[in-house]
Amino acid sequence: MAKKYADLVKNAVGRMVPTEVNGQKQVPFQGVGKFKPETSKHGPKIVSCADFPEDGNKEVTSLKEALVKAGLKDGMTISTHHHFRNGDLLANKIFDIAKELGVKDLRWVPSASFPCHEHLIQYLEDGTIHHIEGSMNGPLGRFASYGKMRGLGVLRSHGGRYQAIQDGEVKIDIAIIGAACADPFGNANGLYGSSASGLLGFALADSQYADKVIVVTDNMVPFPCIPWQIQGNYVDYTVQVDQVGIPEKIVSGTTQITKSPDRLLLAEMTAQLCWEAGIIRDGFSFQSGAGGTSLAVGDYFAKIMRKEGIKARFARGGSNKYLVSMLEEGLIEYILDGQTFDLKGVQSMADNPNHVWTSPFTSYNYHGKGNFAGLVDVVILGATEVDVNFNANVVTHSDGLLLHGIGGWQNCLFSKTVILPIPLFRDRIPVILDEVTTICGPGELIDVIVTERGIAINPKRKDLIEALKDSTLPIKTIEELKDEAEKICGKPAKANFDDELVAVIKWVDGTIIDSVRKVKP
Amino acid sequence: MSNKIATAGNMGKKVRSDCFVTLELKDSGGISIEQKSKVQVMYGESNKKLCEDILSFFEIKNAQLTIEDSGALPLVIAARIEAAVKELIDTDKEYLLDIIEENKYTSEKEQFRFSRLYLPGNTPSMMLNAGIHDPNGIILDLEDSVAFNKKKEAQLLVRNALRGINFYGAERMVRINQFPKGLEDIKYLIPHNVHMLLVPKCEGADQIKQLEVKIDELRKQHKVERPIYLMPIIESALGVEKAFEIATASENVVAMAIGLEDYTADLGARRTNEAVESFYARTRMVNACKAARIQAIDSVFSDVADMDALRENVKTSKGLGFEGMGCIHPRQIKVIHESFAPEAEEIDKAKKIVNAFIDATEKGLGVVSLGTKMIDPPVVKRAEKTINLAISLGLISENWREEFLNEQAG
Amino acid sequence: MVPTEINGKEVIPFKGIGKHKPTGRKYAPPIPTVIDYPEDGNKVIGSLKEALQKCGLKDGMTISTHHHLRNGDLVSNTIFDTAAEMGVKDLVWFPSASFPCNEPIIKHLESGVVNRIEGSMNGPLGRFVSQGKMKGTAVLRSHGGRVQAIQDGEVQIDIAVLAAPSSDAFGNGNALNGPSACGVLGYATADFRYADKVIVVTDNLVDFPNMPMEIEGNYVDFVVVVDKIGIPEKIVSGTTQITKSPDRLLIAELTARFLQESEILKDGCYMQAGAGGTSLAIGHYVHQILKEKGWKSKLGFGGSTKYMVQMLEEGTMEHIMDAQAFDLDAVASIDKNKNHHQYPVFNAYNYHSKGNLTSMMDIMILGATEVDVNFNGNVATHSDGYLLHGIGGWQNCLHAKNVILPIPLFRDRIPVIKDEVTTICGPGEMIDIIVTERGIAINPKRKDLIEKMKGSNLPIKTIEELKAEAEAICGPSQKPNLSDEIVAAIKWVDGTVIDVVRKVID
Repeated sequence: MAKKYADLVKNAVGRMVPTEVNGQKQVPFQGVGKFKPETSKHGPKIVSCADFPEDGNKEVTSLKEALVKAGLKDGMTISTHHHFRNGDLLANKIFDIAKELGVKDLRWVPSASFPCHEHLIQYLEDGTIHHIEGSMNGPLGRFASYGKMRGLGVLRSHGGRYQAIQDGEVKIDIAIIGAACADPFGNANGLYGSSASGLLGFALADSQYADKVIVVTDNMVPFPCIPWQIQGNYVDYTVQVDQVGIPEKIVSGTTQITKSPDRLLLAEMTAQLCWEAGIIRDGFSFQSGAGGTSLAVGDYFAKIMRKEGIKARFARGGSNKYLVSMLEEGLIEYILDGQTFDLKGVQSMADNPNHVWTSPFTSYNYHGKGNFAGLVDVVILGATEVDVNFNANVVTHSDGLLLHGIGGWQNCLFSKTVILPIPLFRDRIPVILDEVTTICGPGELIDVIVTERGIAINPKRKDLIEALKDSTLPIKTIEELKDEAEKICGKPAKANFDDELVAVIKWVDGTIIDSVRKVKP
Repeated sequence: MSNKIATAGNMGKKVRSDCFVTLELKDSGGISIEQKSKVQVMYGESNKKLCEDILSFFEIKNAQLTIEDSGALPLVIAARIEAAVKELIDTDKEYLLDIIEENKYTSEKEQFRFSRLYLPGNTPSMMLNAGIHDPNGIILDLEDSVAFNKKKEAQLLVRNALRGINFYGAERMVRINQFPKGLEDIKYLIPHNVHMLLVPKCEGADQIKQLEVKIDELRKQHKVERPIYLMPIIESALGVEKAFEIATASENVVAMAIGLEDYTADLGARRTNEAVESFYARTRMVNACKAARIQAIDSVFSDVADMDALRENVKTSKGLGFEGMGCIHPRQIKVIHESFAPEAEEIDKAKKIVNAFIDATEKGLGVVSLGTKMIDPPVVKRAEKTINLAISLGLISENWREEFLNEQAG
Repeated sequence: MVPTEINGKEVIPFKGIGKHKPTGRKYAPPIPTVIDYPEDGNKVIGSLKEALQKCGLKDGMTISTHHHLRNGDLVSNTIFDTAAEMGVKDLVWFPSASFPCNEPIIKHLESGVVNRIEGSMNGPLGRFVSQGKMKGTAVLRSHGGRVQAIQDGEVQIDIAVLAAPSSDAFGNGNALNGPSACGVLGYATADFRYADKVIVVTDNLVDFPNMPMEIEGNYVDFVVVVDKIGIPEKIVSGTTQITKSPDRLLIAELTARFLQESEILKDGCYMQAGAGGTSLAIGHYVHQILKEKGWKSKLGFGGSTKYMVQMLEEGTMEHIMDAQAFDLDAVASIDKNKNHHQYPVFNAYNYHSKGNLTSMMDIMILGATEVDVNFNGNVATHSDGYLLHGIGGWQNCLHAKNVILPIPLFRDRIPVIKDEVTTICGPGEMIDIIVTERGIAINPKRKDLIEKMKGSNLPIKTIEELKAEAEAICGPSQKPNLSDEIVAAIKWVDGTVIDVVRKVID
């Protein structure tokens, strides 16, 4: 078995990162836009129709049979997607079967994990799973943070995951794609059925580049399953099961704008800033997630747009009923959507041709000929910590525990203006620090920090500073904000880390931007 | 005291920025402190020092102190421990953290009181960010929002909040408990730069007078020079009948509010959106206030989700002569301000007054006059506030005077 | 006899259907990075020439184009005019098909700007090749075979120049809007996915995002805006027409009756019918039968026409999966009908994928220039040996469950059924039924059909009987006069060489 990691060097943001991870060579982060790949994309094996049933029926009786036929064996890389979110029933089942078959040392590459995957800790303990490459939320992150995982965790953004698969950095042996709707040929989508979540974009790379692809559904329809967000031409086996997900945990019946007055204030300030800075103008584009604050930002945008008679050319999802109602009202021409967060979003994607599903390839892949994230005028993101150099962290908390994935966060940093509306502190934990625990995004890409007690603009953004110089908004320096937080909360002590690494954070180009260290319990 | 164990504070899944302390006095073994904290890594050490300091301040030598912390600020931890200590030990000593510089501002009799935000007196998480929503006043509530068995710890928390939490210029109000219990609250307030006391269920001038006596004692004792303003709340049929008497009970009564939940209950009527049942009480109270030359303040509007209804409600309220109302959610503040916002006519008048004042100052005149009328300083002050308010609401530009002078000239 | 090396590259002789099992890996294009592309996503560049220069056009490169603009294509010729201007030599043109409008390429073949064409050669170009005038050897592939060749790295495209009836500055392209709207761009999918450089050429630049994005801008290097990419009336016909020829109508009717009696036509069947006059007529008869029976075709596989759209709209067809749209009704339908889907050949035809649509089709109506007594079919050459047609999707479609060739027994005294076809494009074991105006032959391999049709009053005959009948009328024909020199190779769907085309001696 390869060493977890080896040979640490200091990278371009001054963090110590390994040059070898789980036996694979690594490139340290070299700066934004510095690393240029010189190799070729991954070339999957050429297959032949001669090996597939002529009638197009690839159905096998059980997931176990599919996994056995796909040749599941020790050391393989297994991928899944996270469109079922915390309602996913599949990932746990896959490893239950692996355990039953006595298979060991698997590498799990999910597009994200959720608390429902706590079940897998037993397999990390008994060696069925060697390690996880993918976001680790909650319990799994905690497990990794205490150094209990055999291999080193590798965290990638959604776009970084596509890049890694495309570039052959991660070679998937078996991709298991849960689908709300599929046909026996393997054409699949996320639009119809009880586990509908809108789309299957996070599984796109898996379907294109994995050696074997298994589609699992609880809603098998006759060929052709339309639209084929996953193309059956890439699929080896299809499996029908009773249930792939728990509907109420997949999408909320309805998302709600936060009622928290503090978050609403952040949202209102953010929208006001975008208006005053001239970002909200006819034909502009924006992305605002589904978190409480982000939803509210969208809502305040809508108010301004309605009042001023402004129309956005497009908004990037994750979509929700608020975004959909903006589309329907004509405030937005297109929703380019990466995931849907509520039933209204799913419905709209199925019915409205201007509500378009996209994938991490079109949206986020840094090793493409451009991507959509860079075309968005303004993106609203979150962070667990920001430092005085505007570097930000989204994966670890200030106590050092790895508790979140990167999601599309790093990819979205390439938007023209990146705004982080965040509270100055959370339950006494200051958010603005001298130095973030983990650098997930370099400060040069983060433009504005909006807190309830003031707004800091990155000094690099002279244009924004100029545009807002007469604003009544409380514009301060990031240092002033940091001082204010420390004055209220007290100066925090540094987390107590072991030297041992438990995970690395990849940048969008596949280089390593930071390492996560073991937390002393 | 026979009790050996006391607790204070809150815990539970939804509790934030608070802590729950358990203090057990021992006969020997020294001090043992156990923390379970969300912020252990960042503040574990400093919290420990704070605990030791407090216990030593109260001369406790042997004890087991357990803290379950959900991100409480030092002022909260201190209040909780002090509350537990005082359950077990009879002492007049008070463990006071420094009052922060930003909390030393004062308020004026004449200032706008469009909005005042109610904050439950034993819930620190709601206090921390209250000021950033820019209410005219914040009310730390010791009355209805505090459970009966939590009254004592709330007194200490409110005291510490008055010293340590920045309310960003909002008028610092506390709603004390009903007469006579409220009289016990004020020693935790008067020395700590409280601006105004809200006196609930006020039913007569004598209550105000008794309160004033107690306030004055404390003011003298703690060398508090500025007056403590009072806002009696009329919440009963009797209170309504005695409205004018109450309004004129003291010169420190600068505003009077009506509380309709209790009032309608007292009437035995149902509270309706049309508010016909309270029309008499409201107009009577407004009349009493105007007669006494103080501000009339309306009740709260309880549907926090319905901003349109709130807007309507404020318009009606303003129409009846009210000059402010209570808020139970920060999002109501903006709507209330906008709805109480000065109208064009008011702004015009204010412009003239402020302009005259600036003219007079520039010319070195001691007296401000507009036409043939002399203008009192409070009127100027109020006009300035109208102007500032109009600017902050975006109704006029910051360069209004230039425009005003141009208009006058041309 | 087939060569084992063509244009300096090793090739594999045809081994039989489903026998060649590929072992390698798919082509892995170089990894690009966002760093090298404009941050604002605006990839518009001044001219095609500039784009070609920036793409590093140089001697020996492979340039690909698609044929969605058909005989109205104005882009392909311009590319090679530009190359000539730049003094570049020995290019390989790799179109998904060529048309008579591409005749001007001949001068570039003569001058050495273009070394050879790998792709279907229609009319004038085919004649040029047949006469042995092209420097390199032509390689003909089916639509699916072209995708396979690109995917497997057999053909590495240096620059794909893709005409798009509408595109945004990022390179997202589709064919739904603009003066040159042609409905779909599915033939370009493999090109943009695997080419080293991709240029989108449009005469209709729209705001980002251009939806749907049939060409994904994330694969595109440059966008060129020109006045005109095509001549609309030559791209799609205003309207396609059912044949009026009584002979063809008879063939169509016989075919429809055969389909019905053999129960190949059934409720829920998957069907394909082309855009030729006879095929349209068959579609029309089938439509009538479906209506009568109250049946529904589950899906129709396009090229679509107004007749297919009619079926969709009348509810006798649930879905159209479309690789190309032949008339304006079809283009409009793709745009507005949710059940009319763009279906790239990548998904429909690629033999080197995990299954494809063609093997699921119940009814497949195809044509042929010649068929022999072993049911082998030819679609590329005529009986005089001239290469005049491309393979199109023909080979791919042979994988359908029932392949029917409605063809006349002879054309202007040229018999269609022979002892041996000039060029084998499809092996006889895959062709099930030959329908001629004088009789229907069922492949002896299809015992099930023969059994089923016993007792039918349709004129079922053996293929030998049909051949004899044709010869009786036309007289025995001579073999064409061919040299030994190979001018073109015909690839099978798996990339092996199934036959060659030899130089014609005039």
